[in-house]
Amino acid sequence: MSLSKDQVQHIAMLARLKLTDAEYAESVEKLSKIVDFVDQLSQADTAGVIPMAHPLDMAQRLRPDVVVETNERDRFQENAAAVSGGLYLVPKVIE
Amino acid sequence: MMDAHAKTMTELAAGLDSGDFTSVELTQSLLDRIATLDKTLNAFITITADEALAAAARADAARAAGNGGVLNGLPIIHKDIFCTRGVKTTCGSRMLDNFISPYDATVVKKLADAGAVVLGKSNMDEFAMGSSNETSYFGPVKNPWDLSRSPGGSSGGSAAAVAARLAPAATGTDTGGSIRQPAALTGTVGIKPTYGRVSRYGMIAFASSLDQAGVITRTAEDAGRMLGVMAGFDERDSTSIDQPVPDYVAGLGESIKGLRVGIVKQHFDEGLDAQCGVTVKEAIAALESLGAKAVEVDLPNLDLSVPTYYVVAPAECSSNLSRFDGVRFGHRAENAEDLLDLYCRSRGEGFGDEVKRRIMTGTYVLSAGYYDAYYLKAQQVRHLIADDFKQAFAAVDVIVGPTAPSPAFRLGDKMDDPITMYLNDIYTIGANLAGLPAMSIPCGFVDGLPVGLHMVGAPFAEETLLRCAHQYQLATDWHTACPGDFL
Repeated sequence: MSLSKDQVQHIAMLARLKLTDAEYAESVEKLSKIVDFVDQLSQADTAGVIPMAHPLDMAQRLRPDVVVETNERDRFQENAAAVSGGLYLVPKVIE
Repeated sequence: MMDAHAKTMTELAAGLDSGDFTSVELTQSLLDRIATLDKTLNAFITITADEALAAAARADAARAAGNGGVLNGLPIIHKDIFCTRGVKTTCGSRMLDNFISPYDATVVKKLADAGAVVLGKSNMDEFAMGSSNETSYFGPVKNPWDLSRSPGGSSGGSAAAVAARLAPAATGTDTGGSIRQPAALTGTVGIKPTYGRVSRYGMIAFASSLDQAGVITRTAEDAGRMLGVMAGFDERDSTSIDQPVPDYVAGLGESIKGLRVGIVKQHFDEGLDAQCGVTVKEAIAALESLGAKAVEVDLPNLDLSVPTYYVVAPAECSSNLSRFDGVRFGHRAENAEDLLDLYCRSRGEGFGDEVKRRIMTGTYVLSAGYYDAYYLKAQQVRHLIADDFKQAFAAVDVIVGPTAPSPAFRLGDKMDDPITMYLNDIYTIGANLAGLPAMSIPCGFVDGLPVGLHMVGAPFAEETLLRCAHQYQLATDWHTACPGDFL
């Protein structure tokens, strides 16, 4: 296994995913397989090759900084589980 | 309304124009067919019967008044990755099982403005991550050619629905082959245009530098009709290309005499099912008999395309899917102890196994100490792969080969090993990494299952791909074959 359970637990925490014990066991096995598979890339000779972040060879478009959207907060908040007075509710962060 | 389902979009348009039937009659007949047949297929997540009939009535009224767009009254299906205002938009996930989109994707709006009637939203692999439709929270879609087999994925519901004649056209998205591979496995036509050609606004993001919307139909002509409406500049998509959209149907009749078709030797090595190889070679011979000239080309870094993809795509997905936090929309865990618990449990419960796997793979390759070895390296190899294509297109107009390594596989066969599943996209991924247009068209059968011919073009060569496909379809009839249970 190229990944340990500790590593997978660290990754899951970074990704904000709560996994069950069974999911951890399976993740260690399958993520290790995937990492071994993509390790093939290390054989490629990429000396001096510019990383390609994007298929289009173009600069990011700019637009004037003016308001173009209308405020539709109430409609957007219809999809939230808990709102109050236009705010999203979450468990208490500061005691 | 006998046999409306058997007609292509182009034939249905002619029927509406000549008054043989109304859009309401056509829409009702397909809704009836869906109600009967989709119990077996599971191609739909949501059927929008009321909205469809209302849209059809509007289309009929527009036609009577001498108005109406180019797709006026024609029924289509949207992959459930496209946001549709007021309608549940799930992306195949438990995470969005309760999400009613407050807005329309640009693709949805453009097709609606052209008069298309939306019958419903099609099933798909969760967040478009899968090649078999088995990762959907709403259960796998069955392949109409053999109900024990997968229709491919991730646009499996769209492909199965078009193959089973539930609609003449369905939208799809393609990040590594998600339009073309299901098209191949179901005997339909699927086109993924050049990156930036169709707006990504309102299309739920998986890997933003690879995702591109396209369409699944039964003929190249219908694909051209749909694409002409879907394509074009959109200021709401920062990578949309501001270039005029050609008439994709106008040039279809021109001969392909002298067209240079590139053949990649590695496409026919041991990874390909031998009978599929024979079928694809026959299709290439048919193109030659139409005047095309076959030329051998080399893509030396082709073998690295799948590992490159499985670094780049998960990396982008881990970032894109961080928006699902249980706060603003989507699944929210009950009785969270604190904010961290809310995030972790909402995501742990809302996402399925494959999505979690990809998020974690992406998180790993982007994490401190591994970024250079995986992510940066993959971006460099991506450049090599794109350069290979650029060189090849100096010598040829289209690269042709198999779309998938085998015909449709059995449901359950590849779910245990992610790598086996990933390798299903070995022939299609290159076009996404390089941002090139590509399509799959039916070119024969192996043991009663459809085989797809894959064609890749240079940037903005959609017209060439569609013309080549149309000329092939004029000379052959593979695309007219219908699965026996769905005649």
